[in-house]
Amino acid sequence: MSNNLQTFTKGLIKENPILVLLLGCCPTLATTTSAINGMSMGLATTFVLVLSNIFISLLKGFIPDKVRIPCFIVVIASFVTVVQLVMQAYVPDIYETLGLFIPLIVVNCIVLGRAEAFASKNPVWPSLLDGLGMGLGFTFALTLLGCIREFLGSGSIFGFGILPETANILVFILPPGAFICLGFVIAIVNKLKKESH
Amino acid sequence: MAKKPSTLINMLVALLVIAAVSGGVLGLVYGVTKDTIAQVDQKKNEAAIQKVLPLEGEITYKSDTMQFTYEGVDMTFPCNLAYDANGNFMGAAVKASEGGFGGKIDMMVGFLADGTIKGTDVLSHSETPGLGANMTGKFKDQFVDKNPAGFKLIVKKDGGDVDAITAATITSRAFSKAVDKAYQAFMANKAQFMNNAPAKEAAPAVEAAPAEENNETEGGQSNE
Repeated sequence: MSNNLQTFTKGLIKENPILVLLLGCCPTLATTTSAINGMSMGLATTFVLVLSNIFISLLKGFIPDKVRIPCFIVVIASFVTVVQLVMQAYVPDIYETLGLFIPLIVVNCIVLGRAEAFASKNPVWPSLLDGLGMGLGFTFALTLLGCIREFLGSGSIFGFGILPETANILVFILPPGAFICLGFVIAIVNKLKKESH
Repeated sequence: MAKKPSTLINMLVALLVIAAVSGGVLGLVYGVTKDTIAQVDQKKNEAAIQKVLPLEGEITYKSDTMQFTYEGVDMTFPCNLAYDANGNFMGAAVKASEGGFGGKIDMMVGFLADGTIKGTDVLSHSETPGLGANMTGKFKDQFVDKNPAGFKLIVKKDGGDVDAITAATITSRAFSKAVDKAYQAFMANKAQFMNNAPAKEAAPAVEAAPAEENNETEGGQSNE
């Protein structure tokens, strides 16, 4: 059980996909212009990650080694399309802002990375936990970045205005701000990790 | 971890089964969400029409398309025509788009029958947040109640009447151009809409089209 727990928690901080493994930076940098966008992207990816991990783990005995990558991609792409259609129907506002980045979850290296590195070698239950942990770690990192960038760039968090418009530092909403923020957050996480050892 | 050996047969079977099952699942989800998505789109469309062409009284909307040649390019503009209870042509909400800084800007512009802009709305865009994306705020309000006959749809920097957004001239230009496209298409096509009322009476004559229209307004109204 403690082993399972570890499988789940390692994605949150110790092997956080964004802050430590630096996987899936494309959606991270592009969608974190606001906290809500970052969180939605994180949750959509988590959903895909959990389901694809479960199914790939279930199918691992059935998929021949040489065609495993195409099989994984088909499974992943199907779930991504499901997410896309569901979001389009039930949360059209968020779908509109995330738009292009939802289909791009297919090629997010976290999803394929976990499928290849974990789900194809482990039973269903740990695979589910691994996907959930990694997904929530991803969501956490994206929400954090979104909060910082939205606060500095638009003076609000989750759309609630805090600072007056004159205090906005526009660059934080623009792509360079994404790199700057991500760099600082990673530096802080590294420092904290070092100290805790 | 023992790997499953690959033979031609099992590779084919695995891929085929996975692809077929995925296809089936997607078809199912598509079927379930299709109606909701269509509803959402329609609602969005209706909300946009209400926003750009708020009219009093009983109004019937009729969707249509307009053909227009803008700067030498044939274009089709989807539009919604508004008629009042007596069948008088009240105006139209016209969709137009133009390439902005980050991609295409899709807009809807509402015109009264004489060509006065009643409202503008951005349906979708990918402009820079904090810069070009600000066009959905104060910027677009300056078009309200302006008649392009006396209001040049060009940014001030280029000799027109539109106040550009600070640090987002490209977006401002694209926005103005999209409005201009919609306007010219509307002016070139509105005559046929007036005689095309769904109800009884013929529409009364409205002021003649402003002289500003240039020679491109011959409008290939080739109805299919």
